[in-house]
Amino acid sequence: MSNSSAQSYWKSNIRIVLSLLAVWFFISFGCGILFVDLLDNFRIGGFKLGFWIAQQGAILVFVALIYVYIHLMDKLDDKYNLESSKDNQPNLQTNTDGDTE
Amino acid sequence: MSVQIWTFIFVFLTFGLYIGIAIKSRAGSTSEFYVAGSGVPPLANGMATAADWMSAASFISMAGLISFLGRDGTFYLMGWTGGYVLLALLLAPYLRKFGKFTVPDFIGDRYYSQSARLIAVFCAITISFVYVCGQMQGAGIVFSRFLEVDITTGVIIGMAIVFFYAVMGGMKGITYTQVAQYCVLIFAFMVPAIFISILMTGIPVPQLGFGAELTESFGGGYLLDRLDGMSEQLGFATYTEGQRSTQDVFFITAALMFGTAGLPHVIIRFFTVPNVRDARRSAGYALIFIAILYTTAPAVAAFARTNLINTVDNIEYSAVPEWFTKWEATNLIVFTDKNEDGRIQYVGDPEINELEVNRDIMVLANPEIAGLPNWVVALVAAGALAAALSTAAGLLLVISTAVAHDLMKRSFMPNISEKQELRYARIAIFVAVIIAGYVGINPPAYVAQVVAYAFGLAAASFFPAIVLGIFHKRMNKQGAIAGMVAGFLFTALYIVYFKTINPAMDNAQGWLFGISPEGIGTLGTIVNMAVAYGISKITPEPPKDVQAIVENIRLPGEVVLR
Repeated sequence: MSNSSAQSYWKSNIRIVLSLLAVWFFISFGCGILFVDLLDNFRIGGFKLGFWIAQQGAILVFVALIYVYIHLMDKLDDKYNLESSKDNQPNLQTNTDGDTE
Repeated sequence: MSVQIWTFIFVFLTFGLYIGIAIKSRAGSTSEFYVAGSGVPPLANGMATAADWMSAASFISMAGLISFLGRDGTFYLMGWTGGYVLLALLLAPYLRKFGKFTVPDFIGDRYYSQSARLIAVFCAITISFVYVCGQMQGAGIVFSRFLEVDITTGVIIGMAIVFFYAVMGGMKGITYTQVAQYCVLIFAFMVPAIFISILMTGIPVPQLGFGAELTESFGGGYLLDRLDGMSEQLGFATYTEGQRSTQDVFFITAALMFGTAGLPHVIIRFFTVPNVRDARRSAGYALIFIAILYTTAPAVAAFARTNLINTVDNIEYSAVPEWFTKWEATNLIVFTDKNEDGRIQYVGDPEINELEVNRDIMVLANPEIAGLPNWVVALVAAGALAAALSTAAGLLLVISTAVAHDLMKRSFMPNISEKQELRYARIAIFVAVIIAGYVGINPPAYVAQVVAYAFGLAAASFFPAIVLGIFHKRMNKQGAIAGMVAGFLFTALYIVYFKTINPAMDNAQGWLFGISPEGIGTLGTIVNMAVAYGISKITPEPPKDVQAIVENIRLPGEVVLR
């Protein structure tokens, strides 16, 4: 792999990581802590919204974030042909997993 | 059959299973002993990581703490799961690519320095040690209550079991035992939660029951509204509102997240999978497996709190249920009849409150409080032991690799043979078990709180050093060493100051910027990063071959020329 494509791979990687971390921060520290009282004015069923995000919702978002990351990085690796030489099995894409749990 | 007999059966069966697995997966080489020969499939590694991760604190204490903290308990929930996002995005893939055995391996090689390696060894041992004491203590509580042996005997039994399979199988034995332990602990946590959810709300999914209406026999209305109402009426804090300051909750959450991503026993799990893709995948699996328990725990907390208040407030002391008396015998429930009316007043005001309930017992007592069948009660005991032992084993492995591999092989005795290294690893586990057992018998504070400090230390030492090592090529040894030392000392001294030297000041007024010792790790992380960055600016850049290592770990897999 050439030096310049290694650099552009790394740049795309950083972009993916930063955007996902922005969501991570917004949901956990934003909705779950800083704006929790504000969000508590809304309700879903028996939950106050802020309370629900803090105690349940954020965790579900974390799981989804990791699966989005796995999916995006797999795509990026394929684009740059960066398969690990050890694993030559066909690439079974599992991006639907993001919806479970 | 009685709870005790059921407990004996479950504990006996599960322990037999663990030992059987350990015998099947004896480690022959150091690679098998340290990283299971890097041949663990991602799904199995996900389960093992989850069991490794979910400790006695997660299983026994967390729901109990939340039950008393209400919304403030959120920092445990988000902190101990959100860290996995950091782990998956910032650490796991790169460390797998780096592909050695331990965290000090990475620190030592990346920062081309024996001193950096030794500091990392010291941090790894301290952190793992603080953490393992909590596990032993948890195992002791379970044994003493359910098998009615005293805590000392309980801790010794736990020590013997962990010692046996950690010493035999190393990482290989531990990994496959942890897969089994995950299954045991999640089953044991979910079954009573589902039972109680059905009992109280008619909904078999606790995560949903949490936000549902109570059945007629529990008085109807939304569970959380009712809990808020009861809490207010008795003078406790409103359950769904926060009591701690926003900045404290913010800092504690961040400290637990950074700490999660910096814990050596979690990081080394990602050295055990075959390649970088599998490292990412197994982080995903791990968080799913963890989330099953972590989304259930707040529901359990609310159910347990409601049930406890319903059951004990204002009843005749002579009419208390059997579980109450049994827990009283362990001194974890204490009733003092202040107004001598023979009834239990359980209220917020410490002047007239007559009941002290230890937070650690809520999960264990919950099935009894709800009147579930004996086998369910016993199951919880087996699950709690699985949680405590699986984590203890992972931590002991870190301690032993730190001693045998990083200290002996890589620092002081580079010429020892693989056989000798393996022997040192086993001796190190033995010594660690003994010391951990001693501290488990003479414990400080609550399990989850002790563990919370380990996180602060990991957050302030490893997390920044590793992240900067990967993402900041210019970071050099001077910066990293200064950063780790500054972060670790700052955090450790802050905790020690408020917890032992001057506990009278341990309140929101005494704290720096209103940050409690639990949350100070976040500030430690910032101190570490700032010092590291500043020092690295004024000292020479790292050698070219080290910069090449950094270039290399940023690309997954064998590099294929296009």
